[in-house]
Amino acid sequence: MSDASDEERAERRLYSIGLILSVVLTVASFATVTTGILPRGWAIPALIVLALTQIVVHLRVFLHIDLTRQKREDLQLLLFTVLLLAIMGFGTLWIMANLAERM
Amino acid sequence: MSAKAQNAHPGMNLGYGEGARKAEVDVFGFWVFLMTDLVTFGLVFAIFGTMVGATAGGPGPEEVTDLRSIAIQTALLLGSSFAFSWASLSMKYDRGRGRTLIFLSFAATSALGFLVMEFIDLRHLVEIGATPQRSGYLSALWALVGLHGLHVAVGLLGVGSLTGQILLYGLTDKIKSRVTRLGLYWHFLDIVWVGIFSMVYLAGVA
Amino acid sequence: MNEDAWTPIPGSGFDWNPLTGRLHWGDLKLLEVFEDPSINSFVASAASWIAVLAALAIVILLTVKRRWGWLWSEWLVSVDHKKIGIMYILTGFVMMARGVAEGVVMRTHQATAYQGGFLSNEHWAELFSTHGTVMIFFVAMPFITGFMNYLIPLQIGARDMAFPVLNQISLGLTATGGALVMISLVVGAFETGGWTAYPPFTGADFDPGPGPDYWVWAIVLSGIGSMLSGLNFAVTIYKLRAPGMTFMRMPVFCWTALCTSILLVFALPPLTVAGLMQALDRLAGFHFFTNDLGGNMMNYANLFWMFGHPEVYILILPAYGIYSELTATFAAKKLYGYTSLVLATMSIAVVSFCVWLHHFYTMGQSPTINAAFGIATGIIAIPTGVKVYVWMATLWRGRIRFTVPMIYMAGFFMLFVIGGFSGIILANPAINWQVHNTQFIVAHFHNVLLPGLIFGIFAGVHIWFPKAFGFRLHERAGAITAFLWIAGFSLTFLPLYVVGLLGYPRRSAAFEDPAFIPYMIVTLCGAFVLLSAFIGLIVTLWLSVRHRDELAVPLGDPWDGRTLEWATPSPPPHYNFAVIPEITGRDAFATEKAEGRPYVTPTEYRDIHMPRDSVAGVFVFLCTTAIGFGLTWWIWWLAILGALVLLGWMFIYPFFDRTDEVIPAETVRLANEAWIAAISLREGVDRDDETTPRNRGFAATDMEQAT
Repeated sequence: MSDASDEERAERRLYSIGLILSVVLTVASFATVTTGILPRGWAIPALIVLALTQIVVHLRVFLHIDLTRQKREDLQLLLFTVLLLAIMGFGTLWIMANLAERM
Repeated sequence: MSAKAQNAHPGMNLGYGEGARKAEVDVFGFWVFLMTDLVTFGLVFAIFGTMVGATAGGPGPEEVTDLRSIAIQTALLLGSSFAFSWASLSMKYDRGRGRTLIFLSFAATSALGFLVMEFIDLRHLVEIGATPQRSGYLSALWALVGLHGLHVAVGLLGVGSLTGQILLYGLTDKIKSRVTRLGLYWHFLDIVWVGIFSMVYLAGVA
Repeated sequence: MNEDAWTPIPGSGFDWNPLTGRLHWGDLKLLEVFEDPSINSFVASAASWIAVLAALAIVILLTVKRRWGWLWSEWLVSVDHKKIGIMYILTGFVMMARGVAEGVVMRTHQATAYQGGFLSNEHWAELFSTHGTVMIFFVAMPFITGFMNYLIPLQIGARDMAFPVLNQISLGLTATGGALVMISLVVGAFETGGWTAYPPFTGADFDPGPGPDYWVWAIVLSGIGSMLSGLNFAVTIYKLRAPGMTFMRMPVFCWTALCTSILLVFALPPLTVAGLMQALDRLAGFHFFTNDLGGNMMNYANLFWMFGHPEVYILILPAYGIYSELTATFAAKKLYGYTSLVLATMSIAVVSFCVWLHHFYTMGQSPTINAAFGIATGIIAIPTGVKVYVWMATLWRGRIRFTVPMIYMAGFFMLFVIGGFSGIILANPAINWQVHNTQFIVAHFHNVLLPGLIFGIFAGVHIWFPKAFGFRLHERAGAITAFLWIAGFSLTFLPLYVVGLLGYPRRSAAFEDPAFIPYMIVTLCGAFVLLSAFIGLIVTLWLSVRHRDELAVPLGDPWDGRTLEWATPSPPPHYNFAVIPEITGRDAFATEKAEGRPYVTPTEYRDIHMPRDSVAGVFVFLCTTAIGFGLTWWIWWLAILGALVLLGWMFIYPFFDRTDEVIPAETVRLANEAWIAAISLREGVDRDDETTPRNRGFAATDMEQAT
């Protein structure tokens, strides 16, 4: 295949970009905590946003989840799982926090 | 048409035919398995979330978190994930099984380093009395970190088994499909680790 | 830290040695009655003697008839989805014998329970715990898994599951769970905290004995098996449909199976997590659900019902699928409202994840949360209502035959609607607060599970038994049995609504209000009717086997069926279809019949590749049973050995290249042409003669409109 090497180069670039983004996001997360740059109460939301961004980067780059047709089933599966996990996780935290409060 | 558009699973370059169809079914099945694992981890995270305050007077997040060690572990696991993706690339573009095996061994060594660091951390926790028997918080922490560590260890066994298979049989269609699935597992564990270092360690001391 | 407080080994009150752990001769239930004669030890010993003697009888029978080789090579190592499905259903029946027997003993106890029944409190608690565990996990689950195994590939036009060996491993894990529960009947004791096994009552502080460990390992190991089954079914339906079989052309049973599989995949992890955390608490002194040091049992209730509520839909959805196939087939009409039925099934699957809190309205959370989950629970009744109307509309003006499945369907209609309505009543937190933990709840869930699930399963057995074995079940015996089930259910469980409203707590060993006595005597009579109904099943089977020649339907289509499985001979060949069919419409076989082209000889046959036999299922069964038994009795070497062997096998297994078994095209051609020749020799049988010996499985079609 003649265009394989081009494609290979493109994929290598993608992986490298993924690595760099992950490193940057990880460093940002650690810096948020170690430098105490953000006001109190902002650090945890910032950590959540950074972690979610990094997870999306990983999914896109390393796990090849994208919007093309061949990947649609994987994407649907993933989104459905996230929906159910959100219901279960949020439900658990909601119920248990409320119970703790009322104890 | 580019090779990418022809392939059901771009990670393998198997083309058309029975082998590709079987690989597609196998990889989809593995995705479903990963999703059950994701739910499992998600629930253990949720339980951890409900037990953050349950330290029962024992060691809390400040005492159990060694950020320097966590940073090294994070780097090791990310490096391992990256090395695995290069192994997948060499497999996909037929750069010879030697190259694939070299990158696989990088990935495995790095993950082994992660496990050693984690083991040292956990041993330190035992030394300061932060055993899982001490409090609900520590139970949840050990369960979550331990579950992830156990997954990494099983992944290492998988790399061992696959290395043997590649040496014996070469990169056949079946083995390519197995490498692809192990790769998904490997990257998935890195995603879980992102959750752990952010929500368990960093958020604990933030 | 005080070491003794958490180490399970010495010092925790058990006499432990490295070889047999904490297991001693005194734990054998068989001998209990001789050491300490009492009514309790008599019942316990009798039960274990029955189990041991039944097992011995089977071993002797197999030896005398020289059937070990047959059992091994035809069944245990087979990866054929049809055989695995049959083995699941057989497991369900065997376990059901135990569950029904326990039910009768329980009802006898309750009939005498005014100021204390004839059994001790402990014994009573063990009975209701095993009864619930057995019925849910080892009767209902194997039944539905068996049906899905048998039907999915046949209905979507596939040759086997996506992962045949994994399928066998799932069966092995289910068998492990069943085996552990059966072993607990003979060795040691089962837990006493109900089928939900709430800690801290089942924690190490209150019950350090083997009972809760049996429960944990039986549930966790079989739960992993169920999860893998769900994965297998979902992938099979997603990826292995025959060409032309779009999602909206799938039989409704496959839709319900797909939704059940999705529920299995996502609802089993909470159970596994809860079970393993409970095991960590008990074995390693963790504090997830303990009373002290930050443990919180409410986490357990929350996790358990996050599994537990989807679980009831896991069980009922395949039964809905069977009812859908049943109404269309036995009314000779196409299903009314296919699309709404599919949408209803899917919405049930999703909403069932949003209602789990209605199992613990009284735990103490705010009224807002209760209201939110109450509303979600009310909403889930709507799609179920849609289904009942769809089935009624399908029956409307159809050519209904009152065969055995239709009798079950009639019983289902009358009784299940009552159960559904009591569920809507219970969805309201204010009412639930009044009747929670009473016999009203017992009445409700028996009312949905027995007429809903079990009637559906038995109806399904009557429909598909001829497909699996080549002869119909005895019609008269089957009808009598069906009426016995309906009557037995009504007598046993409807009175419980009344005593529940009068305030009789469930799971209580004794009651103080003499007003309950007459009701409890009625339910005792009902329990005996149910027992005779169960015996009726065995009699039906026995009569059918005796008259199998006149009941034979080898041509494969005794009921004028609509879906693909009827387009094969009975029993279907190992490879299911001589050539994979091309699907052009919904109800594929009905479409072919309507277009006048069923049973055409294909122009070209090809070699068929089928997966080879495997010992994986038996192997995993042995290893996991060793692990479960070892961990229950603290026989560490056994558990570690089982785990290491299993891990080593997983490491080595991929090195062996599994080759397929090839069935030559010529063999397939000969078999298929012989079948088609046999059909062409016969006249199609009319629906009026469906239950006569004239029915050989070739139907003169009588569909008002096929598609």
